[in-house]
Amino acid sequence: MQIGKQMLEIKNLHVKLEDEDKQILKGVDLTIEAGKVHAIMGPNGSGKSTLSYVLSGKGGYEVTQGSAHIDGLDLLSIDPEERAAAGLFLAFQYPVEIPGVGNMTFLRTAVNAQRKARGQAELTGAEFLKEVRAKAADLNIDAEMLKRPVNVGFSGGEKKRNEILQMAMLEPKMCILDETDSGLDVDAMKLVAKGVNALRSAGRSFLVITHYQRLLDHIKPDVVHIMANGRMVKTGGPELALEVETNGYSDILAEVA
Amino acid sequence: MRALKSNSDDTDARLQDLTIPPGTAWAITAREQAINRVRAAGLPGRRDEYWKYTNPSTLCQGGVEKAAVFNPQEAAVFSEIDQLKIVFVDGVFDKAASDDLELEGIEIDLLSDVTQRDIHWAKNLYGVLEADGQVPVARSLAAYNTAYSQDGVVIRITGKAAKPVSLLYLHTSETSDAIIHHLIKVEDGAELTLLEDGPAAARLNMVLEVDVADNGIFRHIRTQGRDHERRALTHIFARLGTESVFKSFTMTVNGVLTRNEAVITLTGDNATASIAGAAIGDGDFHHDDTVFITHDAQNCNSRQVFKKVLSNGATGVFQGKILVKKDAQKTDGYQISQALLLHDNAQFLAKPELEIYADDVICSHGSTTGAIDEDALFYLRARGVPLDEAQDLLVLAFLAEAIDEVDDKDISAELTLRLQQWLQRHRG
Repeated sequence: MQIGKQMLEIKNLHVKLEDEDKQILKGVDLTIEAGKVHAIMGPNGSGKSTLSYVLSGKGGYEVTQGSAHIDGLDLLSIDPEERAAAGLFLAFQYPVEIPGVGNMTFLRTAVNAQRKARGQAELTGAEFLKEVRAKAADLNIDAEMLKRPVNVGFSGGEKKRNEILQMAMLEPKMCILDETDSGLDVDAMKLVAKGVNALRSAGRSFLVITHYQRLLDHIKPDVVHIMANGRMVKTGGPELALEVETNGYSDILAEVA
Repeated sequence: MRALKSNSDDTDARLQDLTIPPGTAWAITAREQAINRVRAAGLPGRRDEYWKYTNPSTLCQGGVEKAAVFNPQEAAVFSEIDQLKIVFVDGVFDKAASDDLELEGIEIDLLSDVTQRDIHWAKNLYGVLEADGQVPVARSLAAYNTAYSQDGVVIRITGKAAKPVSLLYLHTSETSDAIIHHLIKVEDGAELTLLEDGPAAARLNMVLEVDVADNGIFRHIRTQGRDHERRALTHIFARLGTESVFKSFTMTVNGVLTRNEAVITLTGDNATASIAGAAIGDGDFHHDDTVFITHDAQNCNSRQVFKKVLSNGATGVFQGKILVKKDAQKTDGYQISQALLLHDNAQFLAKPELEIYADDVICSHGSTTGAIDEDALFYLRARGVPLDEAQDLLVLAFLAEAIDEVDDKDISAELTLRLQQWLQRHRG
């Protein structure tokens, strides 16, 4: 098997909460090659969301040991906006409502900020509009939703579709989906999965964080990791997700204990 | 603590050297009566409850604190709007820079002219609304303005003005002390938009008396100029007739001291009043909005929407009152004042008040002080928006509710754009 280039490389990552003496990540190792889809499953409190926040640069955490690189670039030494411009995208578990900022303004500001950071010409209003309309239509996002303030009054499904729209517009290299299936009914989940699958390509990798196997029926992973107590405890193929679905985490956790 | 100037001896001493401008009998009488109001109440001091949060000494004192002239090197805010422009330089009318004062359906005069005439409608309005506005709270600096005002516009509208009247105030002298008094009379069914822009002077004392007759519409949009060191005290006194509409919005950026008072009385049924403001302050900026709305008729609406963004030790003040008289049933009164503090050392002092004597009314008021939403900030940054830009977006979003009070969407878009540019330049 040909070894592709490494899109995300996390080595021995240790993270504690900034304000209290509580270790959350205790030596995470994870390598994702370009074009691959990895899934992380694990019980509540295993550190899955913390991992996604630390990678995207949210405050409140302190890295005490280890490293994380995107496409060879040291992630941990740069600001959240620089990480985004470098191609990292986090689809939030709880997308934030921003009253007063129109969704369209937000999208255009983000797209152009990233283009500017990468030395590309900013999109004109017309170019942007054309692109956003086409991509919104694919996700069943109507014009009204684009005009409303960011995520304000959006249903759970609309918020998650809006995340995927942002992902489609920003065209990142490394996408992290943090429990994107939470709060979605089956139809909404299928729509989101369809949006994600449409973005799969040889140059783009995904890290799908989920509690449940059912999302992985729709977004088929290449590799599945089980995370517990701040570390990856087991790695396997898609069959590992099925094992969790059938038997729960307790067998696996007992096995690796 | 040094002695505070609020007693009548100080007021007498302050007024002793002043002479009222020349004029015909009615004008002299109006000015002398105003002086009596100043003497009766005394000029304000820190011990006055109404000036608890804002020190009036630099507004009252004889000498003007120097204010460096600021050259913004940008077009006036409303320059793109088709308008009838009237220019005042350090409080003095500039004929050459102004348009001809001719517009269909509208009579425009200068106060300095009409006070020389024996007969003019202004004699029945000049200082009248200001005098009415002295109860229940004395506003002696407004009476002082009526007594000593240098000039202003006197406008009567009988139709729908074809374009806005735009007052442009230029500040060119470090020690100018402008006292401007405008009179606006909107006749039955008439409609006017008044724009104001600019810093006016090192120290400005401005009074705007607005009488809106039945079915009249008056819209007012004001930007106060970015001169950092200027001081301004403004009063709007408005009287609203049946089914009339009054809307006033003020945007303030910079200025070491600004106090904007509005005294609005709804005297006819089904009238609507809206007064709103958006302010951005940094450093030693002190910005005070003081509003007094009286509902004295049935089925009227009033709205107060004030938003302030304060950083680096800036102070914001809001004193807002809704008084609903006994017979003002079916009143709908709304008041919101909010501050966004960008630094811990900024402060917002708010005193919202309701005083209601009618029993069938809806009145709500709210006041909040908060920091920028860190989750929203991170969300924007995680999408690649740099920290400064993300913060500006959230600041503009916070101010949007106040700017939305402006009906004309071209104007509100221009105001938003200016704020955005000023925020950008501010961070260098």
